[in-house]
Amino acid sequence: MTTLSPRRTGRPGIAWAVPGLLFFVFFAAAPMVIVGYLSFTNWDGLSDPSWSGTDNWTRLWNDDAMRQAIGLSLLLTLLTWLFQTPIALLLGVWAAGRQRNRAVLSAIFFLPLLASSVALALLWKTIFDPNLGLNAQIAEWFNLSSADLLGSPRGAFAAVLFVTAWQFIPLHTLIYQGGARQIPQSLYDAASIDGAGTVRQFFAITVPQLRNTIVTSTVLMVVGALTYFDTILILTRGGPGDATTIVPFLMYRTGFQAFDLGYASAVATALVITATAVSLLLVRLTGFSKMRSTREGI
Amino acid sequence: MRIRTLRALAATAACAVAATALAACGSSGPNRGDGDSLSVWVYQDGSTVIQEEFVEKFNETSDIKLDLVQIPGDNYTDRMRTAMGSPNAPDIFFNWGGGSISDFVAEDMLIDLTPILDEDPEFKDAFIPSILDSGSVDGRYYGIPMRGVQPVILFYNKTAFAEAGVEPPATWDDLLHVIDVFIDRDTVPAVVAGADPWTELMWLEYLLDRRGGAEIFERIRNGDATGWEDPAVQWMAEAVKELVDAGTFGNNFRSVNYTADGASTFFAQGGGVMHLMGSWEYANQLSQQPEFAAEDLGFATFPTVPDGTGDPRAVVGNPTNYWSVSSSVEGERLDAALEFLRMSASDEYAQALIDNGDIPTTSGAESLLDSHANPEFARFQYDMVAEAPSFTLSWDQALPAGDAPALHDNIEKLFGGQISPDAFVAAMRNL
Repeated sequence: MTTLSPRRTGRPGIAWAVPGLLFFVFFAAAPMVIVGYLSFTNWDGLSDPSWSGTDNWTRLWNDDAMRQAIGLSLLLTLLTWLFQTPIALLLGVWAAGRQRNRAVLSAIFFLPLLASSVALALLWKTIFDPNLGLNAQIAEWFNLSSADLLGSPRGAFAAVLFVTAWQFIPLHTLIYQGGARQIPQSLYDAASIDGAGTVRQFFAITVPQLRNTIVTSTVLMVVGALTYFDTILILTRGGPGDATTIVPFLMYRTGFQAFDLGYASAVATALVITATAVSLLLVRLTGFSKMRSTREGI
Repeated sequence: MRIRTLRALAATAACAVAATALAACGSSGPNRGDGDSLSVWVYQDGSTVIQEEFVEKFNETSDIKLDLVQIPGDNYTDRMRTAMGSPNAPDIFFNWGGGSISDFVAEDMLIDLTPILDEDPEFKDAFIPSILDSGSVDGRYYGIPMRGVQPVILFYNKTAFAEAGVEPPATWDDLLHVIDVFIDRDTVPAVVAGADPWTELMWLEYLLDRRGGAEIFERIRNGDATGWEDPAVQWMAEAVKELVDAGTFGNNFRSVNYTADGASTFFAQGGGVMHLMGSWEYANQLSQQPEFAAEDLGFATFPTVPDGTGDPRAVVGNPTNYWSVSSSVEGERLDAALEFLRMSASDEYAQALIDNGDIPTTSGAESLLDSHANPEFARFQYDMVAEAPSFTLSWDQALPAGDAPALHDNIEKLFGGQISPDAFVAAMRNL
């Protein structure tokens, strides 16, 4: 074992990364390369793939369904961030405190994080049933003419936004809780002496101190929202019509329902490239890559 | 050094998140049968108990064992098709005949059962000929019927109809009248599970069949897309809009699901009083709401429509389901597979179907009808199929697999009012 760990640096060597790297190569890199190759073929999943050159990519460029899916994906990503970040930030900061009942309430609140997406989507689908579900009851109380949330294009989109937020806000809350716990108490003490109130302290100390945490959480949210799939498959199946058919779902539909696997591979490759580019861009734009500490001078 | 490592890590992590999310689509299929076993895939629903029973019976005496794999209904088509292109393909599998297997036939992936049936007239004659034919592709047999007949039936709530003083609709005008009566009574006239567009499809299938006859879809099925330009198709799309606008399906139907029993439960609770659905709805209600099935559940044929040239006795739905055998099965294993397929032709199997509430596809079924839990329903369904001049296979099963998603999308949009009847017809023309 000693040979694996170079004594000069005192840190584990590259050999320690081998199992992880192998896993990554077999289950992520290799499939991606194969999908990249398939995107230049015509393949129905039964016969052998036949080379079709850049046909799929030309089609992708001119495909209205793809354009709409990209628009919906971007909208979902943006709204996801706007919806989840403030809630997760506030909850995380609250959960980092020392109040009574905090531990119990946090524990209950984190429960959705433990359940599978499919189970949660099924649960919400039942809740959203317009005749038998909870929203039928709500529509009755408020005298609404329709409880058909998943049946209207906007309602279904909102439902996806809500269910994924309900599921993932706990994760981001956890991240913010960890970040908020790291902020030295002395900053708040000093601010109190200077007469800063709670709100002022939040905006002048907590938020700036959480800068790197916000970036981490944002990258996770953006890449996550760009690749949402299971919730949509169960909850709306991309519908009504194609109102919630975002890019990953379009990929599934093209590949595993229409069995146009070559074209689906082009969609998948485009998605991988976009998601990677967006997250790298975010890391760069926010200055996260410089890894400047928020504690300079403390 | 440290910063660069972290940056690389961040980038790797971002890729990994994206990649695993995408790679997660693959699934580990059940192993195919090896030397002394055969894997049998079946669509899991209320009738699967029969396949369980007969696989068990088969395994008692055979050296080659069958391994029954039940696939939840929602994803059966996707799973089956994906598996067929992989080394995990099933040896014997459930399908709908026609378009659902035509791609496999084109790739020589299925055993041609025609010579086997020709050599064994007793086996062949055991089935109603039209039903055996419905599973064929280009005149060759690739499937053996293994479930009951599944015509689409207009189910209705007898009690609610009696209270409202109306009869099940025989004509289009009757239907509009019934709709008005129930809207006045604050009841949804017809339940439809809009979240599962294949249930909406049933309305289209009957409307087109009644208006223009079975030939129109027959043309489309044979690859003539101009069939969609027939005036009857336009009428059908406009009729749907008229029904939706009249409130036939209520305000909430678009997010009702069938597979999770949203529609059937609402129907049984009296929220809606008609339900156009496959004959399996009966078995479904019998197991979920036995009281409703026994006392209130009525059944009728689809009404005629104005200026309709189609035969009012024509039926749509699924003639039945079939077992097909993968062409990789050879020698002793093939003998065993055929032995298992022959069980579906036996009186014992037909009786098991009857006991489960299904109507068998075997020629001798008529004599068994009286032992059905509801002989009246059994007789109705048997006569409906036996007298039908045509039995049109569900469009989404008859058309090539690649067309189904777009077909479903457009149907959902038509019912949802997202596209006009004209736009629907144009979209179908370009399918």
